[in-house]
Amino acid sequence: MRPQRESRIHERYLRHTKKFPNIWCAGCGIGIVLGAIIRAVDALGLDKDEVAMVSGIGCTGRMPVYVDFNTLHTTHGRALAFATGLKLVRPEMKVIVVMGDGDALAIGGNHFIHAARRNIGLTTIVVNNATYGMTGGQYSPTTPLGAITSTTPYGHIEPPFQIAELARCAGAAFVARSTVYHVEELQEYMTRALQKEGFSLVEAISYCHTTIGRLNQWGTAPEMMRRLKDDSIPLSLAERMSPEERAGKIIRGILADRDDLTEYTRRYYEEVVQRARREMEWIVPKSVLPVRAVRE
Amino acid sequence: MSPVLMQGDEACAEGAIAAGCTFFAGYPITPATEIAEHMARRLPQVGGVFIQMEDEIASIAAVIGAAVGGAKAMTATSGPGFSLMQENIGYAAMAEIPCVIVDVQRLGPSTGRPTSPSQGDVMQARWGTHGDHPIIALAPASVRETFDLTVAAFNFAERYRTPVILLMDEVIGHMREGVELPDPAAIERIERAETLVPPEWYKPYENLPSDVPPLIPFGQGYRYHITGLHHDERGYPTERLDEINPWLERIFRKIQRNLSDILLYEEDGVEGARTLVVAYGVVARAARHAVRMARQRGRKVGLLKLQTLWPFPEEVVEQAARSARRVIVPELNLGQLVLEVERVVGRERVRRVNRADGELIKPSDILAAMA
Ligand SMILES: Cc1ncc(C[n+]2csc(CCOP(=O)(O)OP(=O)(O)O)c2C)c(N)n1
Ligand code: SF4
Repeated sequence: MRPQRESRIHERYLRHTKKFPNIWCAGCGIGIVLGAIIRAVDALGLDKDEVAMVSGIGCTGRMPVYVDFNTLHTTHGRALAFATGLKLVRPEMKVIVVMGDGDALAIGGNHFIHAARRNIGLTTIVVNNATYGMTGGQYSPTTPLGAITSTTPYGHIEPPFQIAELARCAGAAFVARSTVYHVEELQEYMTRALQKEGFSLVEAISYCHTTIGRLNQWGTAPEMMRRLKDDSIPLSLAERMSPEERAGKIIRGILADRDDLTEYTRRYYEEVVQRARREMEWIVPKSVLPVRAVRE
Repeated sequence: MSPVLMQGDEACAEGAIAAGCTFFAGYPITPATEIAEHMARRLPQVGGVFIQMEDEIASIAAVIGAAVGGAKAMTATSGPGFSLMQENIGYAAMAEIPCVIVDVQRLGPSTGRPTSPSQGDVMQARWGTHGDHPIIALAPASVRETFDLTVAAFNFAERYRTPVILLMDEVIGHMREGVELPDPAAIERIERAETLVPPEWYKPYENLPSDVPPLIPFGQGYRYHITGLHHDERGYPTERLDEINPWLERIFRKIQRNLSDILLYEEDGVEGARTLVVAYGVVARAARHAVRMARQRGRKVGLLKLQTLWPFPEEVVEQAARSARRVIVPELNLGQLVLEVERVVGRERVRRVNRADGELIKPSDILAAMA
C-alpha cells in the first residue's frame, strides 16, 4: 500500500533538487491549488509517469517546474493548444493544464473555448486571481468592474468573464468552481475533474493580494482569505436566491457534469482512424497497409 | 515506381508521411490548404493524427506538443499564418523540439495576393521570431524536390533537435508535374535518438560531445521539465550566465559543425564561369532556362541552385563565385537572400533581379541582367 500520510506527500511529488523556494509571494494561493492537485493525483493513485502538467506564462504558469510529472511550461496563452497535441499522441496520459485568468481567457481565450467545444480530455485548472499577477497587477478579463489596477488608475469599466459559466457554455464535460479557502472542496473537484474522460475545468478563485488586493485595499493575505469564505456561497444555496441576493457572490459548486459526450481523442481513434482504414481496405489489400499500430 | 501526376502540396504531404510524420495540425490558407486536405485523408489511414486547429498559433503549439509526446509532427501555412506562428517557432528553437513548418509563400505583405507566388518570407524564416537562434530552412524548386526536401526537413529536425522550415512558393505548391517517387524502402529516415542512461541521470539539455542530447518523449518514465525560459541542463529555469552561455554556444555549434550535411545545393557549370546565377525555388527554373540560353550564345554562365537557404551557405556561394565577374541573384521579393550573397561576395559583383507584384521572373529578365 502506498503511504497516505500527508507529511510524505511532498516528498513524492515535489522536485527537491529544483532550486526551492518557489517564486510565489508569501500568502499566495497558487501553492494551495498545487497542493490540492497533488493530493487529488495521489488519492487516485495515478502513476507519475503517466501524468503531464502543461502551463502557460504567469505566476500560475510557474507551477509545473516544482512537480515531479512530465512538465511543459509553454508560451503565454497557448498551454491548451500544446496540450492538445500531446494528448492526441499520448491519449493514455492524464494531461493537466494550469493557467492564470489572463493566460486562459485573454490571450488564450480562443484556445479555451475550442478545447472545451472539442471535449478533448484535458484537466484544466484556472487560478483566477482577478489580475495579471506576474506583470504587476494590470486588469485581466476577470477583474471586477470598478477595480483599480495599474492599467485602470481611474477604475475598471469592463465587465468580467465568468470562467466556469463560459466553459460550460462552450461544451465542457465537467465544470466546477471553488476557492483556495475551501481546500477540501477544491481537492474533491480536482479529483472528479481528473476522473472525467472529457474536457474538465476547475476554476480556483485566489485573489492576488500583492497587486490588485493592495491597490483596492482588500486587506492582507489572511484577510483576503477570510473574504473568500464570507463572500462565497454554495451553488445549492445560490439556486434558491434572487439575482439581487446573488450579486457579488462567488458561487461554488459543480456547474456541469455531463455523460452525453464522447471524449475527442477516443472519437478520433475509434471513428476517424477506423473509417479511414476501412476505406483503405477497399483500395489496397490489407497486407499492404502500413504496420503502425493504432493507439486505442 | 511508375510516374504519377502530382501537385507540389501533395508531394509535400506524401514526403512527410514517407518520412514518418504521424501528426499534422493546421489552419486553412491558400496556397497551403491542399497539404492539410491531403493530410486529413492520409494520416488517419496510417494511424496518425490530423487536426484542424482554431488558428495558426494553436497549430504550431499542437505540433510542438505532439513532438514532445514523441511524434514526428508538421504544420503548413502561408505568409499570414507564418507570421502568427513566429513566437512558438522560437519556443521550439529554445526548447529544442524537432518539428517541421511548411510555408507556401504567397504575395504579401498582409493578405496580399493569395494565389500569387512570392519569396517574401525568406528573411522572416530566418529572423521572424525574437532572439538569437539557429534555424534550418529549405526551398524546393520542383514537385519531386518538394517530396525529397520534406523528407530531409524531418530528418534534419530529428538529427539536430530543431524546428525546420520548408519554404515553398505558390507555383511549386500548386503546380502539377509527373513525378517518380522513390521506393519507400529506399528512403532514409532518421528516428528520434534514444538514451542509454536511466531516468535519474537523464538531462534533456546535457552538454554532450555530440551537441545534440536525446529528447525522450513524455510518458516513458523520464519525467523532466521543458520551458521557454533559459534553462540549465536539466531543463529548469536559470539566470546563471555559466549555464546560459554554454547552452547558447551549443545550439549554434550543433548546426555549424554539421554544415556539410545540412547544406543542400546543385551546381551547374560554375567552374570557370564568368557569370554566376544564384537562385532558389520557382525562380531557379527560370534561371536554368536563362543559363541555357546564354550558353547557346557562347557565354560561360554557371548556376548555383540553393536548396538550403538557412543556415546561409557562405562558403558554397563564395567558392561558386570564385571566377565570376558578375553574380546575378533573381528573387520574387525586393532583395532578401541577395543581402547574404552581397555580404559574402561583395556588392560590386552582384546584380539583383527582383519582382514583388505576384508575377514571375522570366528567363529573359535574367538574361537581360547578364548583358
Ligand atoms: C505574448 C506575451 N505577451 C505578454 C507577456 C507578458 N506577460 C507575462 S505573464 C502575463 C500575464 C499574467 O497574468 P495571468 O495569466 O492572469 O497569470 P498570473 O500571473 O496572474 O497567474 C503577461 C501579460 C508574455 N509573456 N507573452
Ligand atoms: S503576484 Fe500575486 S499571484 Fe503572483 S505570486 Fe504574488 S500573490 Fe501570487
